[in-house]
Amino acid sequence: MRKRMSESETTVQSGRGFWRDKALWRSRWLRSGGFLCRKGARLLLLLLGVSAAAFFLVSLSPVDPLQTNVGQAALGSMSQEQIARLRSYWGADTPPLQGYAAWLRGALSGDLGTSLLYRRPVLSVMGEKLKNSLWLTAAAWLLSGAGGFALGTLAGAKQGTQADRVITGAALLLSGTPAFFLALLLLSVFSVQLGWLPVGLSVPIGMAAEQVGLGHRLVHAVLPGLCLSLSGMPNILLQVREKMLQVMESDFVLFARARGDSWRAVAVRHGLRNVALPALTLQFASVGEILGGSVLVEQVFSYPGLGQAAVTAGLGGDVPLLLGITVASASLVFCGNLMADVLYGIVDPRMRKAGGLL
Amino acid sequence: MQTAQDHQPLLAVEDLTIRFLQYGRGLRRRELAPLQHVTLGADRGQMTAVVGASGSGKSLLAHAVMGILPYNAQVLGRMYFDGGPLDAQRIEALRGREIALIPQGVSWLDPLMNVGRQLQNGDRSPQRKALCTKALQRYGLSEETQKLYPFQLSGGMARRVLMASAVVEAPRLIIADEPTPGLPAVTARRVLSHLRQLSQEGAAVLLITHDLELAAQTADRIAVMYEGTIVEQVEAEAFQTGEGLSHPYSQALFDAMPGHDGFLKLKGR
Ligand SMILES: Nc1ncnc2c1ncn2[C@@H]1O[C@H](COP(=O)(O)OP(=O)(O)OP(=O)(O)O)[C@@H](O)[C@H]1O
Ligand SMILES: [Mg+2]
Repeated sequence: MRKRMSESETTVQSGRGFWRDKALWRSRWLRSGGFLCRKGARLLLLLLGVSAAAFFLVSLSPVDPLQTNVGQAALGSMSQEQIARLRSYWGADTPPLQGYAAWLRGALSGDLGTSLLYRRPVLSVMGEKLKNSLWLTAAAWLLSGAGGFALGTLAGAKQGTQADRVITGAALLLSGTPAFFLALLLLSVFSVQLGWLPVGLSVPIGMAAEQVGLGHRLVHAVLPGLCLSLSGMPNILLQVREKMLQVMESDFVLFARARGDSWRAVAVRHGLRNVALPALTLQFASVGEILGGSVLVEQVFSYPGLGQAAVTAGLGGDVPLLLGITVASASLVFCGNLMADVLYGIVDPRMRKAGGLL
Repeated sequence: MQTAQDHQPLLAVEDLTIRFLQYGRGLRRRELAPLQHVTLGADRGQMTAVVGASGSGKSLLAHAVMGILPYNAQVLGRMYFDGGPLDAQRIEALRGREIALIPQGVSWLDPLMNVGRQLQNGDRSPQRKALCTKALQRYGLSEETQKLYPFQLSGGMARRVLMASAVVEAPRLIIADEPTPGLPAVTARRVLSHLRQLSQEGAAVLLITHDLELAAQTADRIAVMYEGTIVEQVEAEAFQTGEGLSHPYSQALFDAMPGHDGFLKLKGR
């Protein structure tokens, strides 16, 4: 992009700004159409691959859905006919290829089938679970992003100070701690020893649905949310800190200081600006990590969300539900990455002026 | 009546040594001293060139005066500005206003901030904006330039933007670190004439370069730097006649200038 030219040439170039801008806009629109088509095709391929992989993995799984869901004793007391009916209900007698083709046909027409465990349409089960999970994961996503960004830039700007050592040390420790261990630790401190917060579930045990208020839900979401945020934060924090270190050592920060900027002004005006872009990308790319983390965390806290439903569906051989959740999660992760790409094109002047992605 | 201060250069560097502590494997500590016992002055209304090979410590000298050395650098020696000692606190108060740096290239501009905002330095008052516009105009850059990002500047434009950044306020000392490499000869000469003009307006200009030829043509005085020390400080004419050069390194530099080799051979006969 940057061309070296003699000074007389540059004046000529700035004279046709209007026409250059107009041509740029046209090519930008043409390109954005192509961009969306390419991304759409890629999403379709991704979903096809992910659902096929999930389906065939389940069909290879040694878990026998009948044994698990009906039980050995109950099976023993059943007639051959009843067992055959159950086998066909759980899809145990359909060859995998045929089963997948049937699911795919339904899915393409918008029907994700019926959950075998819940005996309700997959979409309605997922909707209910998602309602529980959405606020939890969204809050954790925002918290881990905001916290990681704030602490990461602070640590990077104050490299080598006490604050940096404490923040970075804590982040390293946390990033080495598995999410389920962190969950158990939080539970044993805040729920068991201090008794401040409930041990699990999303609502108080034994309370009628109409009595459950927002307060109850919030109190139950604090620990899983905290756990999820804390386990997602170190990754963003450490990478943001690394970027901040690079920026604070760059020539343009030296020059800003030479022009009389105070340390604080440099960190705010140049540091934040240059770290924000990579941080944004990290934040959107971390959707996958948060979703993955929610599977473990919801399990430990018995929180009835999408993550727990995925585990239940996987262990119980509920193929339609499992595929539904897989496809939904893959789409979410894909959208996260897509957002990162698009935002980069909008925020970075180098990409924006060059036509960017959009 | 003249006071002692009038005889003192605006910037005086005395016996400046810069050391870096480097930690090697284990507990072994290595000490580097890329700048040793440098003494140098820059006068008001004069252009002083510091000439030396790559790695000889020219930029370190400039960064020491600007107070932007890396934090593991140890600075020994004395610096004076306008008669008073130039310590870290005073540098911080003066830089950007009375002492200005013209850095080496566009990488010294924030890639994500447009030119106007960078020149404003966080001060968005109309007065500051007017000053920035004036500074850009001085080097033939229009109002439009303020909206450009560094990647949109050509080499020559970038150079002029960096020059403009130094003269937004009226600095009394201007340090230009290698302002010419990579520029076509015409543009390079124009940049130097801009610097020359600043010195004629009364500023002390410290020109850092490895182009002895250009320096000899434009500067008033030339300091020759060799491996972290200043081996010679002479009037610029010395590099035209070859007389008054005492150090073998500066004599070798003189011989290497185009046209001089033959001249010496003639004299030798
Ligand atoms: N942070 C640092 N730590 C250790 N050594 C350094 C550091 N910065 C510079 N040096 C050393 O100081 C010496 C002088 O560097 P300097 O940048 O001043 O050279 P220069 O004369 O400006 O060269 P050039 O013409 O290539 O810009 C080099 O040998 C370099 O290795
Ligand atoms: Mg240098």
